[in-house]
Amino acid sequence: MRIHQISVFLENRAGQLAEITKVLAQNNIDLRAISIAETSDYGVLRMIVDDAERATSILLANGYILSMTPVLAAAVPDAPGGLAPVLGLLAQGQIDIEYMYSLFTHVENKAYMVFRISDEEKFQQLMEQNGMQLCSAQELGLKS
Amino acid sequence: MSHRYYQPEIETASREQILAWQKERLVKQVRHVWDHVPYYRKKMEEKGVTPDDIQEVADLCKLPFLTKDDLREAYPYGLLAKPLTDCVRIQSTSGTTGKRVVAFYTQHDLDLWEDCCARAIVAAGGTNEDVCHVSYGYGLFTGGPGLNGGSHKVGCLTLPMSSGNTDRQLQFMIDLGSTILCCTPSYAAYLAESVHDRGLRDKLKLKAGIFGAEAWSEEMRRNIEKQLGIKAYDIYGLTEISGPGVSFECEAQTGMHINEDHFIAEIIDPNTGEVLSDGQKGELVFTSITKEAFPLLRYRTRDICILTREPCPCGRTHVKMTKPMGRSDDMLIIKGVNVFPSQIETVLLEQGYPANYQILVDRVNNSDTLEVQVEMTAENFSDSLARITEMEKSLVSALKAMLGIYAKVKLVAPKSIVRSEGKAVRVIDNRKI
Repeated sequence: MRIHQISVFLENRAGQLAEITKVLAQNNIDLRAISIAETSDYGVLRMIVDDAERATSILLANGYILSMTPVLAAAVPDAPGGLAPVLGLLAQGQIDIEYMYSLFTHVENKAYMVFRISDEEKFQQLMEQNGMQLCSAQELGLKS
Repeated sequence: MSHRYYQPEIETASREQILAWQKERLVKQVRHVWDHVPYYRKKMEEKGVTPDDIQEVADLCKLPFLTKDDLREAYPYGLLAKPLTDCVRIQSTSGTTGKRVVAFYTQHDLDLWEDCCARAIVAAGGTNEDVCHVSYGYGLFTGGPGLNGGSHKVGCLTLPMSSGNTDRQLQFMIDLGSTILCCTPSYAAYLAESVHDRGLRDKLKLKAGIFGAEAWSEEMRRNIEKQLGIKAYDIYGLTEISGPGVSFECEAQTGMHINEDHFIAEIIDPNTGEVLSDGQKGELVFTSITKEAFPLLRYRTRDICILTREPCPCGRTHVKMTKPMGRSDDMLIIKGVNVFPSQIETVLLEQGYPANYQILVDRVNNSDTLEVQVEMTAENFSDSLARITEMEKSLVSALKAMLGIYAKVKLVAPKSIVRSEGKAVRVIDNRKI
């Protein structure tokens, strides 16, 4: 149920994001989710793209430093209070969230969240016990 | 104009007298080293020189040089010329690749060193009526202990403040009426600024400052003098030779008088080792002719300067050296601490970083700053910012442990540090000194 996330090291200065998105655009890579964690000097750009393998080789060829990390994605109702039950499960299971961000799709009434957490197996179990599902790469339209 | 000296008969001795002392002491010292320091004896033998070849000061050029590398190789006891039972003190300086340089002192050595510092304090107008405020670091660093001892000899009321805690420094300065301040020029500038900002100038009794252990500009001197209402004197020294007081400035403020009765100074071409004449710019070399425990012969300081022998209006007859104008090696002096790029490289490699790095030195608000830029690598990179900042922190502490001072670490993109064809440009020093 894991999907591939690409993390890229970027210096925290003007034009860095524009440059990497341009490289992806030129190679027809579709960005599906993006999040940045930053310090005053640098940032970690985390992305979910439609074709992680191809994007990785393109970025490496362009001199970027990156790492691939398996992450989990979950669909929640696109309505007030939609995210709360999932986070409630994480709290209940004492599972730490390292980071999370949202992912874009065209599915109506649904919102998608990407999670990097401390105990994936437990999360999956809790989701299933409570009638919720993690999303596969296929379901999200990603090449796995 | 009245002049005061700590040891007038020595400080104003005739050239002939100084040369006579130097000759007698040099001949004796070379014999002492030959007899007690196998490391240097071997160097002499390799050069085919024996103590019999050294009869005059002019024979000095026959002796082999000593460098910081020798001190590292001989660490800790290899250059010791007295039994440890005769030694009473160790001082130390930071050295390359984690190995420090240690110097040993007998009680006699300490006495002579303190005499040198006392000469500097008296040259700055010090008497037994002064309160001498020593804000150099105390400990292994020679700054605090040297000026402290000199201040005792002059009979000043000595305030062993050490560095840091600016509020307390200012409080004591006001409450106890400090008249002479001894510290690094950058700390003096910082104190001067604090005094200025808090409007405390009228509450101070300071009249003079003795500032050394790092490079400072004439402009910085004038600023400190203006802000504190004092006359600022330069002082020079190095642990290997004794510590501060190897040379010091008089009221003429046109160079530092070298204590030639203890140290013979030469200027050499740093590339060929050839001795240059007075007035020529080159590397300063010292021979300790009175030290017992750690007598270095022809020690290359790597400091570039000029010696001048024009008569000084202060009446002192000892040769003057200019402020060091640079280094003949890559050593940096940051906040008074010796830093070699190789030390930084060692830490980076140990911590799994590439040897491709850049060192940026600057002076912000009169205080030196050090930044190490290092490229991110695939091995060190992670999706977790916490892990990267953790790594960064451990690099900062490893650098602090090696250098003794804080260095900001800046992680930069791969290949962003310019590769040069020949010798890599590792250091960018933006300080205007």
